[in-house]
Amino acid sequence: MAHRILIVDDEPNIVISLEYLLKKEGFDVTVATDGDAALHKATEFRPHLMLLDVMMPKKSGFEVCELLRADATMADLKIIMLTAKGRETEVTKGLALGANAYITKPFSTKDLVAQIKTLLA
Amino acid sequence: MLQGWVVVLASFLYLGVLFAIAWYADRRADLGRSLIANPAVYALSLGVYCTTWTFYGSVGRAAASGIGFLPIYLGPTLLFALAGFILFKMIRVAKVNRITSIADFVASRYGKSQLLGGLVTVIAVVGVIPYIALQLKAVSNSFSILSSYPEIIMPAAAGAVPILQDSALYVAMILAAFTILFGTRHLDATERHEGMVAAIAVESLVKLGAFLAVGVFVVWGLHDGVADIFARAAAMPDVARRLASADTPAAYGTWGTLIFLSMFASLLLPRQFQIAVVENVDESHLRRAVWMFPLYLFLINIFVLPVALAGLLHFKAGGVDADTFVLTLPMAHQQEALALFVFIGGLSAATGMVIVETIALSTMVCNDLVMPLLLRMPWLGLAAKADLSGLLLEIRRWAIAIILGLGYLYFRVAGEAYALVSIGLISFAAVAQFAPVVIGGLFWKGGTRDGALAGLAAGFVLWAYTLLLPSFAKSGWLPDGFIAHGLFGVELLRPQHLFGLTGLDEITHCLVWSLLANLGFYIGISIQRVPNVREARQATLFVGGNEAAGHSGWSASAGVADLLPLASRFLGRERAEEAFLRHARQRGLNSVKELPADTRLVNFAENLLTGAIGSASARAMVASVVSEEPLGIDEVMNILDEASQVRAYSRELEQKSRELTRATAELRDANERLRELDRMKDDFISTVTHELRTPLTSIRAFSEMLHEDPKTDLEQRTKFLGIIVSETVRLSRLINQILDLAKLESGRAEWTVTAIDVDEVIHEAADSLTVLFAEKRVTLDLAGLQTGLTVMADRDRLMQVMVNLLSNALKFVPTDSGRVRVGADGTANEVRVSVSDNGPGIAAADQELIFDKFRQGSGGTDVLTDKPQGTGLGLPISRQIIEYFNGRLWVESSPGAGARFLFTLPRQAGDNGKNS
Repeated sequence: MAHRILIVDDEPNIVISLEYLLKKEGFDVTVATDGDAALHKATEFRPHLMLLDVMMPKKSGFEVCELLRADATMADLKIIMLTAKGRETEVTKGLALGANAYITKPFSTKDLVAQIKTLLA
Repeated sequence: MLQGWVVVLASFLYLGVLFAIAWYADRRADLGRSLIANPAVYALSLGVYCTTWTFYGSVGRAAASGIGFLPIYLGPTLLFALAGFILFKMIRVAKVNRITSIADFVASRYGKSQLLGGLVTVIAVVGVIPYIALQLKAVSNSFSILSSYPEIIMPAAAGAVPILQDSALYVAMILAAFTILFGTRHLDATERHEGMVAAIAVESLVKLGAFLAVGVFVVWGLHDGVADIFARAAAMPDVARRLASADTPAAYGTWGTLIFLSMFASLLLPRQFQIAVVENVDESHLRRAVWMFPLYLFLINIFVLPVALAGLLHFKAGGVDADTFVLTLPMAHQQEALALFVFIGGLSAATGMVIVETIALSTMVCNDLVMPLLLRMPWLGLAAKADLSGLLLEIRRWAIAIILGLGYLYFRVAGEAYALVSIGLISFAAVAQFAPVVIGGLFWKGGTRDGALAGLAAGFVLWAYTLLLPSFAKSGWLPDGFIAHGLFGVELLRPQHLFGLTGLDEITHCLVWSLLANLGFYIGISIQRVPNVREARQATLFVGGNEAAGHSGWSASAGVADLLPLASRFLGRERAEEAFLRHARQRGLNSVKELPADTRLVNFAENLLTGAIGSASARAMVASVVSEEPLGIDEVMNILDEASQVRAYSRELEQKSRELTRATAELRDANERLRELDRMKDDFISTVTHELRTPLTSIRAFSEMLHEDPKTDLEQRTKFLGIIVSETVRLSRLINQILDLAKLESGRAEWTVTAIDVDEVIHEAADSLTVLFAEKRVTLDLAGLQTGLTVMADRDRLMQVMVNLLSNALKFVPTDSGRVRVGADGTANEVRVSVSDNGPGIAAADQELIFDKFRQGSGGTDVLTDKPQGTGLGLPISRQIIEYFNGRLWVESSPGAGARFLFTLPRQAGDNGKNS
């Protein structure tokens, strides 16, 4: 059974690229484009892993991460933060809020896939 | 063999030897090979502290009260061992200021006051005379006891002998002659007497030797060591009782008082000041003296108790005064040679004290009392007299004779009423009055002349009333009614129970009242006013040590022609010329005539004279040459000038300090602003980075995927490449806009200002966007444009604003049903352009935010689900442009009812709108 991955980003072109990339790797992919939709889809779709952008309308990635980590039913969910804000304090904040990894944009597609596979192994 | 003539001959021989030593030391000093430049000699000469009071009196006091004689020596021991720094500072200050006596020291410290110098001199003379009387009494008594050998007969009472048969009179006369020979042979510029110091050091050795000889004889000749004497004494209850000092609070108080008194006496007695400070050759000698002098005191006291006890044991029957035990014990055992040696030892103690004391006092009397008075009597014609050095010597000689005469008089009047020790203590209490002004003057800058005068006068009056007058009364010279009943019968004024204070011995009682008044007035009056310029200068010199040497305040100048004759009058022509020549050589000149008439020369002359006639008189004399009056208008102006300079300087300082405070506050504000700007710059860069990375992310992701998988199908490939191209365009636009904004913000943008037809520019902008409007099927309505509106602005920039506003509107209106209307009208002052759309509108909270960099509509509201295209820099750039031409750009909108962007431009442009 393929792992389910939820992509959360408000930048359409990035979403297109991620969706294509991960589908080609054989994952079951769904997309959300803002914080609220991300939470909704997380409950509905029950993803194994979430690629989470930080700067989004309605709820920021940090807020989404915090809420999910407070939810016991989501304990197994792996979260990779994906953001163009690469400052040290933001990396630390993301990891402190419970993200499993923090990847800075622009990223290498190979590395991203490798990271996802490691986390899901 | 001990007939009178033998004793007299031995005495004269001894004095002759002393004189020879002094003469030899003086010659050596003239040749520049000083005999006394040696710490041991300095320490021995300090032994002048031990007079006949010690030599005979210690044993007397020990016989009466056991170890009661000790505090007189503990005081100086403590002072030298623990407070040598005070003495060190006194020596240093005295050398720098060429101090010649304790009166000069005090006068100089408080602004070179002649009045103060005079007062100190009077106190010193009056206070020390009983002490001199004591020496006369001791020498004359010991002489008469010795001449009656082999019998031991106590001398008759002082006043009972007819004056011409009184040996004390002859002792006084001989001592006066001897002192005059010693001390006033020449006037020295530094007022030091090397010969005298050498003789005093020898005398210290002689008296110590004599006392130790008696001690050894008594302890090991008459008894089997110290233990034997003490054992025998303990066997006699009458004697044993004296070994235990009285165990009452008053007795402890007395001990404290005596230690305190002797501590000050060893510093402030005129002879101690003379030897320790004025005659000091090298201040480093003091380092050795701080232990050698206490050692001397220890040695000369070591046999006091054994001799006293042996005397008490031997003369059980009484009738022999314990003060004479040192002499009578050898006599009673037929030790003629030892007895003569003891007599010579006593003579040493007496002559040492009398010589130094009277020389010191005569210098004070001459410099601080007589000369100032004589110089104020113009009818004496002194100012015109060519050579006054002879007169100075004459005055000193007479002063010596008169002081010894007064000593003899006191001896006749009061000599029998008191034991040796009590007479000495009266003098100690008198010189203790100098302690506040001297020690205060060394460590406190606030003391003033008035305070010193008041303190000294009050202390002196109380001393005289509570101690000196009662000593006269007890000897019957004054009616003694006032002791018992108080002055004018007022009980509170009883001199030895003043204001009802009882329970203290008379010395402690006197000290409590006199020092209390002294200190109180000294401090109380001093703090009434700030020290004036002259006092403050001297205070700096004394308290700050020699490092703070200020100039002496002469602003006027005088030449060699005036100053050399002046110095010659007091020093003698030869000595003065020699000194001036030395000064000239120091300044690299060949002869006295080349010396310029400047303040340095005046200071030199004042210094030279200070050594001879004291600081206060020297100042007055130099003033008489420099200007006609001692306190001329020049000097007053000079003092005022200095004072006002000091005040101006302090005002300037205050102002500087205020300016500094203000500058600090400004700097802090500026720093705060910089910090804020820095934070804003950080945020901006972080945002720019984010905006640049977002398109890069898509570009890299698609490029990598296409690169990885060359077999991607064509449709996908075309789509991906399209995205890459559009993201690249986005990236370029972003970079251009950032650079554009930076240019605008930093004021480096170039502007081409011309008269512009607004209607024309709007049409041109609309034309450039026709295709885009058509693609989205949005209506562009330009019907509301008024024609003929002209403003002064940059045409391209205005186009940029219009294109931006139009494409913004296009972005937010719905496809097909979208509608954008442009209007333009004008008032007398300005042109107004509006762009309205039927898009989702902007929430009130966001209407200002959209003009911030990188803020786009949609932020926190849900009017937009899709992220709009654009960089978020268009509106900020447009606003910069409009504001550059003194216009305004804003938005009016209510959510759901579309948005309306407006800007105005003034018809009469400001400076920026001028054609450049």
